[in-house]
Amino acid sequence: MLTSGLLLCSGLKAEQATIAIASNFTQPAEQLRLAFEQHSPHTIRFSFGSSGKFYAQIRHGAPFDAFFSADQQKPVELEKLSLTVAGSRFSYALGKLYLWSAQPGIDLSPKNNDWQFATKIAIANPKLAPYGKAAVESLKQLNRLNNLKDKLVYAENIAQTYQFVLSQNAQIGFVAASQVVQQNKGSSWPVPDDYHPPIKQDAVLLKRGQQNQAAIAFLAFCKSKAAAKIIQSFGYQTLDNH
Amino acid sequence: MLSLSPADYSAIVLTLKLAAVVTFILIILGTPIAYWLATSRSRLTSVVNALVALPLVLPPTVLGFYLLMAMGPTGPIGQLTQALNLNGLAFTFSGLVVGSVFYSLPFVVQPIKNAILAIGQRPLEVAATLGASPLDRFISIILPNAKPGFLSAAVLGFAHTVGEFGVILMIGGNIPDQTRVVSVQIYDHVESLEYTQAHQLSGLMLIFAFVVLLLVYQFNRKQSQVNHVF
Repeated sequence: MLTSGLLLCSGLKAEQATIAIASNFTQPAEQLRLAFEQHSPHTIRFSFGSSGKFYAQIRHGAPFDAFFSADQQKPVELEKLSLTVAGSRFSYALGKLYLWSAQPGIDLSPKNNDWQFATKIAIANPKLAPYGKAAVESLKQLNRLNNLKDKLVYAENIAQTYQFVLSQNAQIGFVAASQVVQQNKGSSWPVPDDYHPPIKQDAVLLKRGQQNQAAIAFLAFCKSKAAAKIIQSFGYQTLDNH
Repeated sequence: MLSLSPADYSAIVLTLKLAAVVTFILIILGTPIAYWLATSRSRLTSVVNALVALPLVLPPTVLGFYLLMAMGPTGPIGQLTQALNLNGLAFTFSGLVVGSVFYSLPFVVQPIKNAILAIGQRPLEVAATLGASPLDRFISIILPNAKPGFLSAAVLGFAHTVGEFGVILMIGGNIPDQTRVVSVQIYDHVESLEYTQAHQLSGLMLIFAFVVLLLVYQFNRKQSQVNHVF
């Protein structure tokens, strides 16, 4: 608030930034933008899509000023290619994993349920999505990967994982807390955080945006306490850089 | 030069198997539909024509989304499989076959229909006056004369199924040897930044698609010369 107020007073000219956002962060991003633009002369435009495609597009000169990835790996790779502004990368959100079923009233905790009732278990593709990797790690941690491996079906991303379970083609699935919190139906069990490495989602200022005041101000806003509140309200956790 | 992984090979084999099964079913299913569309004067033909052509204009994700919903335990296809005591179709090879049959239907029905239309009503009417039964007319007039149409239909149906992506992504579940076809494998390579592997498979697809289309146009060129003779 204070910094954006100062920006207003100093009479900086309003700029516009185009930011690539991983589609699983669509709704919090919209809220962040609304909150940001209330106190800033700048405007932000979003492109929503898959992090993998954004990575490829940025490598080939896509006109984005900043990039909010669904993982940490892709911003790190862009950093190695010197396509980002050094030191600008930070984890804007930590994903939280839930085991979820569209059927209400089921106790899904591993203490009371061996999950064998499910004929299919949906997870995000561990090769592509950090949520999928976390799901596999959690199954390993519970010593259930070998027993349940043949039931696993792989979605391309966490949104599709949710869809597989919502349509009940898979009886249970490992989805994002943000989806469970926002939709609030069915039965769920929160996977303890220490069952898997943290699901870090990183953002980075791109070379193209290094002079763009709108992009710089928006990234700064996303590290603020106000932003952390918004991000947490969607079921994500945040790091202490807020 | 090519260094395909076992997973790539398995995806190729699975894709060819899917395309072969789907083409076989589509020729059997598509022929009566095409015959009816080409010969019937019913008002319903517009409706059926539109239904068959739907996959041409709908985004594959729409078809895939509805198929996924329909295959779930509360959807019509899911209820049917439950009533028949079968397992759910989503995330299975059979499910992909069902989805692909819908998706590639116009590519098989249209060429057969056009070939039958090109024969015209006259030969059929002459045969009818000579006492040939409908089945007889179909076997001795339609089948031999519409052969290039059937060939185009089979080739296009096969190729289109090989190139299918959106529907399979929605209902497949990316299971090795069951639902992970080449297009999905390429997508995975690209998304996980394995561009070399993606290039190899994509290159193969490109060559395949070009050769197939070349064959179809060759057929049609010869066919149109034949038509001129008549």
